[in-house]
Parts: sequence; structure tokens; C-alpha cells
Amino acid sequence: MSTTPAPAEETTEEGARTGPEGAGPAERSAVRALLRLWPFVRPVRARLSAAAAVAIVASCVGLVIPLVLKWLVDGPVADRDTGGVWLGALYVLLLGLVEAVLFGLRRWLVARPLSRVEADMRAALYRHLQRLPVAFHDRWASGQLLSRGTTDLMLLRMFLAFPLTFLLVNGVTILVGVAIMLVQDWALGLVMLAPALPLIALSALFEKRYARVARLAQDQVGDLTTVVEESVLGIRVVKGFGRHRSQARAFRELAGTLRGTELRKARLLATIWAVIMALPEVAIGATLVVGAVQVADDALSAGTLVAFLSTALALRWPVESIGFLLAMSQEAATATERYFEVMDAEPETATAPRSAEPDAGARSGRVAGLRFEEVRFRYPDAPEDSPLLLDGVDLHIRPGESVALVGATGSGKTTLTALVPRLHEITSGRITLDGEDITAMDRDRLRSLVAVAFEEPTLFSASVGENVLMGAAATAGAADLDRALAVAQAEFAHALPEGVDTQVGEQGLSLSGGQRQRLALARAVVGRPRFLVLDDPLSALDVHTEAAVEAALRRVLVDTTALIVAHRPSTVLLADRVALLSGGRITAVGTHQELLRGHAEYAHLMAGAAASHEPCEPYEHEREHEQSEPNEGDQDR
Amino acid sequence: MTASTTPVPAAEDEADPPRPKDAGDPFDRDVLPTPPGATAALLRSLLAPMRARVAGTTLLLLLQQAAAQAGPLLVAYAIDTAVPALRGHDHGPLVAVAVGYLVCALASGVLQWAFVVGAARVNQDVLLDLRGRIFRHGQALSVDFHERYTSGRLISRSTTDVESLRELLSEGLQELITVVLSFVYISAMLLWLDLGIGAVAVASFVPLYLLVRGYQGRAGRAYAERSTAIAALIVKFVETMNGIRPVRAFRREAANDADFAALNRRHERANGDALLEMARYVVGSRLVANTAVAAMVLWGAYRVTDGSLELGVLAAAVLYLRRLYDPIDRLGMFLNSYQSAAASLEKIAGLLAQTPSVPEPSAPRQLPPPASELPGREVVFESVGFGYRTGGEVLPRFDLTIAAGQTVAVVGSTGAGKSTLAKLLARFYDPSAGRVLLDGVDLRDLAVPELRRGVVMVTQEAFLFSGTVADNIALGRPDAGRAQIEAAAKAIGAHDFISALPDGYDTDVRKRGGRISAGQRQLVAFARALLADPAVLILDEATSSLDVPGEQAVQRAMATVLHGRTAVVIAHRLSTVEIADRVLVMERGRIVEDGRPAELIAGTGRFADLHRAWRDSLA
Repeated sequence: MSTTPAPAEETTEEGARTGPEGAGPAERSAVRALLRLWPFVRPVRARLSAAAAVAIVASCVGLVIPLVLKWLVDGPVADRDTGGVWLGALYVLLLGLVEAVLFGLRRWLVARPLSRVEADMRAALYRHLQRLPVAFHDRWASGQLLSRGTTDLMLLRMFLAFPLTFLLVNGVTILVGVAIMLVQDWALGLVMLAPALPLIALSALFEKRYARVARLAQDQVGDLTTVVEESVLGIRVVKGFGRHRSQARAFRELAGTLRGTELRKARLLATIWAVIMALPEVAIGATLVVGAVQVADDALSAGTLVAFLSTALALRWPVESIGFLLAMSQEAATATERYFEVMDAEPETATAPRSAEPDAGARSGRVAGLRFEEVRFRYPDAPEDSPLLLDGVDLHIRPGESVALVGATGSGKTTLTALVPRLHEITSGRITLDGEDITAMDRDRLRSLVAVAFEEPTLFSASVGENVLMGAAATAGAADLDRALAVAQAEFAHALPEGVDTQVGEQGLSLSGGQRQRLALARAVVGRPRFLVLDDPLSALDVHTEAAVEAALRRVLVDTTALIVAHRPSTVLLADRVALLSGGRITAVGTHQELLRGHAEYAHLMAGAAASHEPCEPYEHEREHEQSEPNEGDQDR
Repeated sequence: MTASTTPVPAAEDEADPPRPKDAGDPFDRDVLPTPPGATAALLRSLLAPMRARVAGTTLLLLLQQAAAQAGPLLVAYAIDTAVPALRGHDHGPLVAVAVGYLVCALASGVLQWAFVVGAARVNQDVLLDLRGRIFRHGQALSVDFHERYTSGRLISRSTTDVESLRELLSEGLQELITVVLSFVYISAMLLWLDLGIGAVAVASFVPLYLLVRGYQGRAGRAYAERSTAIAALIVKFVETMNGIRPVRAFRREAANDADFAALNRRHERANGDALLEMARYVVGSRLVANTAVAAMVLWGAYRVTDGSLELGVLAAAVLYLRRLYDPIDRLGMFLNSYQSAAASLEKIAGLLAQTPSVPEPSAPRQLPPPASELPGREVVFESVGFGYRTGGEVLPRFDLTIAAGQTVAVVGSTGAGKSTLAKLLARFYDPSAGRVLLDGVDLRDLAVPELRRGVVMVTQEAFLFSGTVADNIALGRPDAGRAQIEAAAKAIGAHDFISALPDGYDTDVRKRGGRISAGQRQLVAFARALLADPAVLILDEATSSLDVPGEQAVQRAMATVLHGRTAVVIAHRLSTVEIADRVLVMERGRIVEDGRPAELIAGTGRFADLHRAWRDSLA
């Protein structure tokens, strides 16, 4: 009775665990949950039913064997008929062979289909997850999702393979067996049946308590996993502050609690096992005694008693198994609930549900470039009454122009960039690309127009070339790749062990943050996008590289409409104009020089407390110098 | 996956130059060299402390099986002795049967209870021990190891691999013992009842054994293929979910679906193969078992007809036979869990066999009392050289002395060795040659608490642990009160944004509303370091995501709160250099320039160039 804990269960109090709209345990019904599996099971229903039918036949064959034994004992053996003995043994052999073949047939019937159901459900989960809003992913830890795609689905496959079939098969077997016993001798049969009711009652009681403790254990495993994960991911912090002892203490405490819960579970399990083993055994003993008296009184044949006991023993497994089959079903029901918690989440719709401010669009005609109009945003999971993160952003980036977005830490710059490719849906207002409302555009088309380089450069497990070319149309080739690598100063890729075919990502060569950032930048520019969104694209680069990238990027930006989040003057200088984001609004727009001179907040952000009293050199000169700078650096070497 | 929960994965920008990883690198293939016998030794060392309890539990099971298997014997006695006795009006034997059956039933129940509880206790203690060992070992291993092993592997060692051992211990082992015991008991019983029948039973074990062997081999391959396939699936899955933003932005959904489908199909095929192997095994073993039963029935019945066997004995034998082969299916399942547990245990043993390359000292020394009233301490690199164990010299031998209280800025391009220098000072690595001294004491001679009072490093990757913001700052000094925590946050300029969070300092960083930007995380990491109050502070690109005011707040804090401490500051941005007393320029692992900032700026060297470029960019 494995509880198969999810690898990365959230902490007990974490709301995400039961899902945002998770039903309370009170109203959950295992059967209702499991019924939801039907659409996935439907394609294999024929095989599954056939397998169940085969299993029932096989069980009944097993029940016939004792009857043959009875015939053998009361007939040929009693009559000393050697030929009859051979015949009886032959029957036993034939039935045995049939039973064996049927057992195998059942498994053969379901082996491929059940693997397919599991695979289908996993593919559906993956497909669905890829299309859920980014806000959903913000709430759910990837471990949570992973456990649904792996352990939960395995539980479900096992449920379809065993409990589902065998609850039916064993039910039928028990009924048939009881019928056989009652027909043979109803009094003995009743003695045999006596413990059934207390067993059912006890099982039900056990079921409830076990489910509770099992869930608790699962949650505690989740807590433990969290500590493990964090202590590994934060190993530099743990080591840097010499905190590994306190981490180990926290771990020990949690592991100790888990041990306690597991032992509670074991005690429950031990109790139900003991009862399930002892009660039927007592009944069999009683049957034996009553039967022996009847045989002595010649009210019963010895063969009948043997057959009867043999049948009773044959029923022992079906009876004993009911307990753990129910436990497995319970776990499968939980797994199904967990699976559908994710599957029930709404995927991104093709066009966003828009109700707000229909007049916002009316004000603007078809304006070329990238335009934000009265954009308001608050994260969908934030409380309704919390202040808006973006509160009426108005900004127009003309075609071919690049604008740097500057703002204090936490002012919402990254959030604003995420709105353009619709990774989040704006709360109200609108964003237009060349006059077209992005919410009215097909997402695929929108995202093919807008290329993004994120603050955190993520590379996938693929070759360097594949990672970069992800940003381009399928037709892009080596020439585009080389150009993009050149722009991002990522020529180091050619010097990797297998050049641009070198595998990177979790399973490949580990690159430094600066290298990854340059590849992510190459990915953003490789497709020559009309619109480019860069989130602090140069933060991990050293001064020389940064200057070289800037020089190359400037050539790209000539005919690209770009929004660039910047923390540094050097990055700001990439752009034609600067927009200052403050208090959820764009409070100033102008050139770097204008704002540096005329806007105190901007000057503070860019030059700090030293402020902007120093005389500034002309902008043009600035540019020339920037461009010539890398050469100087090269000469230096 | 919110901004606040995603750590920057190994984002040391300062490239440790990419190490050559050929196909033979054991780290790549996730097979660390497990010394021969390490797996068995690990299992032994886990079980050794519980020897007595294991023996006790096994005894319980022996008794339990004895009680549980006594039934048919009593049936034989009832038919052959009690029934004739009854006919002679002797109720004694029947009463004996009744009492015997009752006792056996109750005993088997009680013993079963005791066994399950006892076994669970042993299992749980073994698991507790093993979990603790993996955890402590993982924490003791050096940063260098962690960089190569990747977090995912270490996490799966302590989760899924421990889990498969748990399954084996809690279910598989009990199954195996039960199966073996009942085989032995029943065969013995049959032999005792009748030699011929017993012989047939024992003979049937030969083909069964061969079947099991064959199954083990074939299913083993199928299961190995399945576990490789699921591992590939997991990687793809996690990578997609963690990179959901670029996946979306670059429209990878359809391509990912296709990739995932291919992996999924591979898993489906392997899974189906494994299940089919099981089906073959079940058919084969059932055929053997049922044929043997038929043979024994024939033999027994024949003997009864010629009078050489009692009817009751035949009945008992038949009852036993039905039980004899019941556990064959379960044996198959045990083999499955055994195989996956053995593979897991081997991986765990491989991990535990790694020796920490930065061991704690056996005879730790204390730092001498500070020379002046200022808290800083002197740092000396004494003909230090560093290269990775895999080869490749990163830092050729050099000498460097940093006076107590001095603030040193280290600049240079990517891959110049700045981070390596910092990591040597923080003792994340030990030098391959020479010594790093803190006030004359080799870092290798300092116990961890003493070392961390001496040296603290803040990296670019500002990892936040689950818990409140206050908890995260308090990591620097666990006994700090709220007032001290807030003072540290105020000093670094983090107080304002923390106060604006939904629950202020008590905001859980992993909960809704706890979105904390990269820059804010760096501020929290700084507050942490401030609270730790070390003699030597190392900042490795610790301000990369801060804006200028944020960076200046940090600099102000260093000038005031951290005044008098020795500091080593690595930064791409030269603004940091303004507060430095001294600048080191590194190039290809060597210190090429060393001097006061003003001197270097006035000169014609590399730093003068860099500084000019930077000033221009600020204008």
C-alpha cells in the first residue's frame, strides 16, 4: 500500500496544493473523481472489458477445481477406481492450464492499452500545461506539476490494471464462491459468512483513517523535499554563511516527524491486516469443527468438506485483497483529483476576454509602432483591493525607434515587458502593434512579431544552434545563426567542443551566466523581428563585451521597434529615447541627456546621489566613442 | 516558479571556464564511480545497528507463518483422527482441533500485527538514517562538486531513489520473506505428509527458478529502458515548466509537443514491454504450478486408492498445494521493486562515496583576537595556485596580501579568474598549491562556525529560502532579534520595499503576493550579510541587478556599517571601485595590475581604459 508521495509536494498550508479551487475533503467522492477518467479510458474500453471478463472466467475456473477434487474424493478415490483418478487428475490439469492461459491473456490484453492510457494522459497534461497562462505557472511549483505527470499517472495506470478489474472480479468470485458453498451446505456456508459484516465495517473505518494519515505523510514528504531542494539550490548561501548544521537540524526534525506519521500508518495497516487474517481463519476453523461433526454423523461427505474448505481457502485472497484494493482506489481517486486540478485550469484563450473601456480604442487611430494606452495591470492572483502595479501606462514607440525603460527596483519594468507578448493579460487599457490591438491578434502571430530576451536567460537541452534558431522561422539557416551570434558577441559558441552543435542546458555543457545571456540575446535577434523586447539584456556582461554587444546591437536596432529595460546608463544609450516608469505610470519621456538634466528622479536613478551636476558631453560624441571603444580594448590585448 | 522562487541557476557570471566534458565524464552520464562492494557495504552499514531488531522481526514472521500455515495440518488431523474419534464418541480430538485452530488464527493475527509494526519501525529507521546521510553528505560536499553534479540529480537521489528503497523495504522485503518462508514451510509440510508429493513440489521449483531467472533478465532490460525513458521525460517536463516564458514567447509549444510525444512513446513502449514480460512470466509460472498440482493430485489420489495414503493427508496436501503457488505473482513484483531499488541504492552509494574536497579540519584552530579595535582581518594568499581536478590550470601561482580593513576591487573580463579567487578566499574551493591565511591561520584549519565569523561571501545569485523575509535575513545570524534585522534592512535600503510587502517582514517569500524582483532579492541577500557581521566580506557580482541608487545604498552601508572590515569586491561595473582602497586587474588567471584606483586611473594601463569607457557611459 504505497502512498507514493509526490516529489515536490508543497508545504501543508500551501494553498496551491489542493489547487486554487480544490474541493474540501468533505465533499469529495472517490467514485465521482474516478469517473472523470472515462474519456481517457474510452478508447481502450473494449480491451479492458474483455480483460475483466477473462479474469472473471479465470477466477471461476479456479473455483471449479475444488469441485473436481470433491468429485475425485467422493467418487474414484472412494471407489478405488484407478481410471477415474487419472480422469480427475486430467480435469485438474486442464482447468489449471486454462486458468494459467486466462491469467496471461488478461495481462496481455491490457499491457499495451494501459501504457497508452498513461501516455495519453501525460501528453494531454503536458499539452495543457504549455498553454496555461504564465500566471498559473507562477503559482504552481514545477515539482507539483511533475508529480502529477509521473507518480500520479502511474498510480492511475495501476488502478486501471488492478483495483478496477479486481474489485469487480473479486466481488464476482466471492459471490460465486459463497453461492457454491451455500449450495453445498447452507449451514456451513452461513458459519463461513459470519465475519463478513464486521470485516466490511472495520474496512470502511480503516479506509477513512488510513486515507487521512496517508495524505498527511504525503504532505510531510513534500515538506522534506522542499528542504532538500532548497539546501541544494541554495548551497552557496548555506555554505557562505556556514549554515549547514541548522539546515541539517531542520531536516532531521522534519524527517523525524515523517517517521512518526509513517509508523502511525503502519500501526493502522497492521491492525487491519491482523483482523483480516484472523477473522476468516476463525470462521474456517469453526467450519472445520462443525463440518467434522457432520462428517462423523455421516450428514456430510468427506469430499464435500474438503471441497468446502478448499473453496473457503480459495476465497481468502479475494477477501483479504478487498482492503488494499480499496486503499489503492482511494489513492487513485486522490491522484485523479490532483490531475484534474491542473486540467480544469483555463488555458489561454485565443483572444482575451475584454470588457473594459471600449472607448480606449476609439481614441487612437491606426498608429504605427508599439503603443501602450492607459495600460493597467495587477497580477491576477493579487487581491482585488490591492493597488495596481501598473496604473495607466501611456507610451508610444515609433516604428524603428528604440526606447529604454527605466525605473526603480520593483517598479514593474519586467512586468510591463511581459505584457507585450501577452504572457500576462492586461487588466485594462490596450497595447497595439502598428495599430492592431494585441488582444485581437492570434497569439502565434503576435509572438512571431515580438521577440523577447528575458532577464533570466534560459537555455533548453538542445544544441547551441537549435537554441538560438528557436527565435527564427523554420527556414532560417547557418547564415542567420552566424549573424545573430555575431550581434550578440557570442562567437565563443564556435569554439565550444562541437561548435554550434554542442549540447547545452541541464543535460549539456554548463555555460556561464554571461554566455547564456549572450545566447539568449542572439535568440531574440536571429529572426529579425519587427518588435524587440529586451529585459536588462547586458547585466551579466563585463564592460568590454557589453560595449561590443552594444555596438552590434545598435546596427540591429536601426530598423527595429524595441523596448529595452535598463538599469545602467550604458544600456540606456542603446535607445533613442528613454521612458521613466514610476508609481505605475510613465512619468517622463525624452533623450537620456534631456532627462538627466531635467528630471531629478531620473538623474538619481542613473547617476545616484552624486546626481547630475557634472557637465554632460554631447550625445553624438557619446555614440562615436562607444563604437570605437571595443577596438581600443582589442588593441590593448 | 514565481520570480521569488526561482533561483538563478548557477549564475556565476564570472565564468569558470567551461570544463571539457567528454562523453566519458561520469557526471554527464549520471554514473559516479561506485567502488566495488560499496552498495552492499552501504546496505550492511544501514542494517548493522538494527541487527537485533531485524532478527526479532524475522522471528516474528517465522512464528506468524507457522501459525498461518498450520490450518491444513489441522484439517488432516480432523478428518483422519477427530472424525473417527467422534464416531467413537470421543470429543477430545475435535476440541483439540477447535482450540488449535482458534489459537493459530489469533496468533497469526497478533503476530502479523507485531511484525508489520516491527518491520515498519526498522524500515523507517533505516530510511531516516539514509535520508540524513544523503542530506548531510550533500551539504558537506564542496561547491565544486555541486556545480558538476547538478541540483536535479542530488534532489532525485534524496527523493525518488530513497522512495524506491522505501518501496522495497516496506513491501518488497516482507513479500520476499513471506514468499520464501511459505515455500519452505509448505514444502517441508508436504514432504512430511508424504514424501512423494513433497518431492514433486520440490522438483517443480527447478523450472520455476529458471522462469524467474529468465524473467529477471528480460524484465530487467525493459525496466532499465523504462527508467531511462521516464528520466528523459522528467527532464523535458521540468525544463519546459521552468522555462515557460521563453517557451511561450518563442512559440515552442508545438515543437515541444512533438518532442515530448516521441519521449512519451518510447516510455509507453518500454512500459508495455515490461508489462508483457510480466504476462509471459505469469503464464509460464502458472502453467508449471498448475501442472505440478495436477501431478500431485494424481499421485496422491492414486496412493489413497491403493490404501497407502490417508484421505485426510490428501486433503491437507491439496489445501497446501493451493497455497504453495499463490505467491509466484508476488515474487515477480518483488523482483521489480528489487531491481529498481538496487539501481537506486547503487546511485546513492556512488554519491556517498564522494569525499568532500573541502573537508572540515580534524583539529580546528581559533582565530587570534583582532589586532586592532577594527573588525577587519588580514588576508594572505601564500604562493596559491588553483586548477580543477580534471586538469586545466585556472590560477597560476601567485602571492597576495590584503591588509586588515582594506577594500579591494577585483576587475577583469569574463573568465579572468576573479570568481575563483573569491571562492578560494571563501573556502568554497581549496587551493591546489599554497595556503590562504586569515590573520595567519590557514583557512583549512578553521571549523565552519569560526570560518563564517571570519569570511562571508555574497554572490550574484541571491537565493531565498521558503519562510518569511525576516527569516531569510536572519540566516546571517540566527539569534538576531527583529530590531537588528530591521536595522540591517534599513542600512542597505531594503526597508522600504519590505514594509510595502503584504505582511511586511513576515511576508512569506513563496506565497502569493510575494513576488520579489531580482534586485530586491539581492538587497535581502545583502541585509543577510550585513547581519552576519563578518571580518572579511566578499561580494561577487552582488550588485548586478541593482539600479544605481540601490548600488549606492550598498556602498554607503559598506562605508558606514561595514567600516573597518576587509572587503573583496568583484564587479563588472566600475562604480563599485569608487569606494575601493585598491584595485586588482586580472587577466587569464593572473593579477596584471595592482594599485590605488587614482594611480591606475592616471596611468595608461588596462584599468585606465576600462575606467574611461565606464565614465563615458555614465555621462
